[in-house]
Amino acid sequence: MRKLLFLTLFAGLPAHAEQPTDFLDSFAAEARQTDPAYAGFDAKRGERFFGARHQGDWSCSSCHTANPVQAGRHQVTGKTIAPLAPSANPERFTRPEKVEKWFRRNCKDVLKRACTPQEKGDVLTYLISLGR
Amino acid sequence: MSIPTRSFVLAGFAGILLVSSGLQASGNAAAPPDPAYVQECGSCHAAYPPRRLSGASWQAVLAGLDKHFSVDASLDPKIFTEISAYLNSQAGRQETASADGRPLLRITETRWFRHEHDEVPEAAWKRPAVKSPSNCGACHTAADQGRYSEHGVRIPQ
Repeated sequence: MRKLLFLTLFAGLPAHAEQPTDFLDSFAAEARQTDPAYAGFDAKRGERFFGARHQGDWSCSSCHTANPVQAGRHQVTGKTIAPLAPSANPERFTRPEKVEKWFRRNCKDVLKRACTPQEKGDVLTYLISLGR
Repeated sequence: MSIPTRSFVLAGFAGILLVSSGLQASGNAAAPPDPAYVQECGSCHAAYPPRRLSGASWQAVLAGLDKHFSVDASLDPKIFTEISAYLNSQAGRQETASADGRPLLRITETRWFRHEHDEVPEAAWKRPAVKSPSNCGACHTAADQGRYSEHGVRIPQ
């Protein structure tokens, strides 16, 4: 009976919703496979990466601000961007397809290449650490 | 199953129905019809009204999404097909092309846009709260809902 009730209560919720920490787990699994030097994620390293220009015009913080619990602003169009830190915006890092899409696009814009699992994990560790 | 338990389960169902209908009502009641277009194209800028560019212009925009005004706006192939079909069906009938006949990529360069905004002082476009003519929502306060009527215009000072 309890199982039926559980299924009933969750039947109406959207599929594939995840927690931000679920993405840390998958980045860690990826990093272990691809990077022999991988030794965990670090919020400080993530913060430095987030604010660095990486030899280009933009950093992550150009649009998301150096304090991503606040709303940001698109550097070209001026449109407001909702806060990136999950503590300020619970929708962040809950949808695999969005996480994949925005890392793919934004890493290309900022670094002219894809981000490594280590970089993504560090940045997410930093973002999760904010406002707690 | 005893009767009280069954009522409990039914109450659970009713709760879900209430919650999901509530979400729909508070969500995107007046949003443009294609949710993929709004989600994919409306994150970095307003989900511009499709009728403001011709089909040829939209095709030219879609052909360059990997370098879309200097940012990567590339799409998943399935979503690309859906958005492409939507824009084709909703595109403006009038040609939007430059003097040399090439399709325009910016609504702000069309004759229509320039005419509609000819009374906006040059300095207003450059105010920090506006930043760019592509920032529709800076002045059109209901642009997020796809509404651009003059009644909703508040030019930031």
